[in-house]
Amino acid sequence: MTLHEDGSVINTHSIRRYFRLSFGAIVTGIVLSLAVTAGAGQARAYKATRTRDGKPNFAGIWQALNEANWDIEGHAAAPGLVLALGAAGAVAPGLGVVEGGPLPYQPAAALQRKQNFEKRLTLDPEVKCYLPGVPRATYMPYPFQIIQTPKYILIVYTYNNAVRTIYMDDHKEAPWDSWLGWSNGRWEGETLVVDTTGFNDQTWFDRAGNFHSDALHVVERYTATSPDHLVYEATIEDPKVFTRPWKMSMPLYRRLEKNAQIMEFKCVEFVEDLIYGAVRKQSGQ
Amino acid sequence: MSVLGIAVAAVWLTPASVAAQRPAAAASAAPPSAAAKPWTVRRTPDGQPDLQGYWTNSIYTPLQRPKEVTKEFYTEQEALESMKREAETEAEVSEGPGAADVHFDLTQFGLDKSQSSVALTLRTSLIVDPADGRIPPMTAEGQKRAAERVAARKQAGAPTDAVQNLPLQDRCIHMGRTGPPMLGQKYQNNYQILQEPGYVVILVEMNHDARIIPLDGGPQLPPNVRQWLGSSRGHWDGETLVIETTNFTDKTAFQGSSENMHLTERITRVAEDELRYQFTVDDPSTWSRPWTAEVPWKITQGPIFEHACHEGNYGLYNTLAGARAEEKAAAAAGKKPSN
Repeated sequence: MTLHEDGSVINTHSIRRYFRLSFGAIVTGIVLSLAVTAGAGQARAYKATRTRDGKPNFAGIWQALNEANWDIEGHAAAPGLVLALGAAGAVAPGLGVVEGGPLPYQPAAALQRKQNFEKRLTLDPEVKCYLPGVPRATYMPYPFQIIQTPKYILIVYTYNNAVRTIYMDDHKEAPWDSWLGWSNGRWEGETLVVDTTGFNDQTWFDRAGNFHSDALHVVERYTATSPDHLVYEATIEDPKVFTRPWKMSMPLYRRLEKNAQIMEFKCVEFVEDLIYGAVRKQSGQ
Repeated sequence: MSVLGIAVAAVWLTPASVAAQRPAAAASAAPPSAAAKPWTVRRTPDGQPDLQGYWTNSIYTPLQRPKEVTKEFYTEQEALESMKREAETEAEVSEGPGAADVHFDLTQFGLDKSQSSVALTLRTSLIVDPADGRIPPMTAEGQKRAAERVAARKQAGAPTDAVQNLPLQDRCIHMGRTGPPMLGQKYQNNYQILQEPGYVVILVEMNHDARIIPLDGGPQLPPNVRQWLGSSRGHWDGETLVIETTNFTDKTAFQGSSENMHLTERITRVAEDELRYQFTVDDPSTWSRPWTAEVPWKITQGPIFEHACHEGNYGLYNTLAGARAEEKAAAAAGKKPSN
């Protein structure tokens, strides 16, 4: 254990990790981490293990465990829109991940959001297997992998096998709009800060029609709170849609299964009849 | 949209200027014994040979040796002439169901290989084994399967009858030649290799595939789990990254392979600006013997842009909608559709 400069005691082995990795071994030096409130109220006592170049090491397979996938704001359980799916298609209830609330939509945008919600079965880009956008990719109910090198950090998401590059030293302005934007990253102590712009206006925040314009600017902060947890915070700024910036936050959990891996999820094939069915040759034609 | 990325990133290297590259090109093209220079590959901090960077496998050399060519290597003069001939065709590309009506000019947006880094190899085919440079004969089982696949396609109707009848690459599902094995195609043959402890990652621009290859000696996916790109595991054999891939789908069908194809790729950095990429295809139910090809990869410039193929695939919808409109017009004119 180490005494950190802010006075907190740093543990190098969490109890959970001990039981997972060190079955039957005698481990000394186990201490509970001493939570220190810092910044936006996150426990910041933990100091992540380091990569060879001395940065917090976030490499691994992670996943959010919440219901923001259905609606980033708090919501009750609700029936789905596809009758045949029954309870399997239901909306799972959730407390939401948005700090403060409700979402500060401009009046016209609030109307748009309502229309999106009503027509979500046809308008939600997820239904058509389109690239998911940011931050939505983070809290879809699938794992993603962080590949960490000094100059480039790659995030490979399961959904649609979307992949995103975070440029750590070759910062530039987005060359043009894209689905996942252009991400410039930097380290602020224990935190990976990712500044993303250059989005198109085609992606949503969730299945409930919450949306943004091509003026979207996302600043994400990834901070480890244990060997197996990150806190994820995303500040959303979009002057064409919202009256002020707003923020969401959630824990991310390491996938601990042996042989955990990002599997193939090429969903284009699954949506072809949906998208192109109307221009299929009909039998007898 | 993202298709335009290469125009920005491309290194200008016209076939004429390739001549200036002769020494390096000759070294890459010569038989394996040519590594005389004392160049050694850098190591990553965790000790892996460092393959990282942006690479292209654009090449004019065909996979199989043309029937009229009887030698394994061209002279430099012949190789340059062959490249030049191939480069001239890039302004006029027609393919797919609309080939008669539609053509692409790959030079227009810098998509052609002649505006990118292209390795000059003296080889007359990418296949190096068997010695005739051609894919070995198909087994009886392989021929039967090929015939069944043709029959199934025929039964499904005309290519434009349904989206499922169209080629996989037109549907943005699987670009047949970006692999694995990674052979490169007419354009956008860009890759980025990244390494971290325990993994090598190959980011394949087309079709935004990140091949995450674990090096931990863990097992492949269970045999009942099949993926378009298969399941890949890697290990280091000295300076060479060896990637073993199994668990392909029956639909992946590389050059007519079965789902049981076992692919072995070997990647070696042979110079600061060049990788040697070899792959061996072993599928006894399809071919009488394994076969091996070799492709030089040249260093290129980044970044790798987002390849949102499906999201902007208006051409696919319009191809089908056009066919329906033609049928309607033909029906109205009281005659059978020409399709």
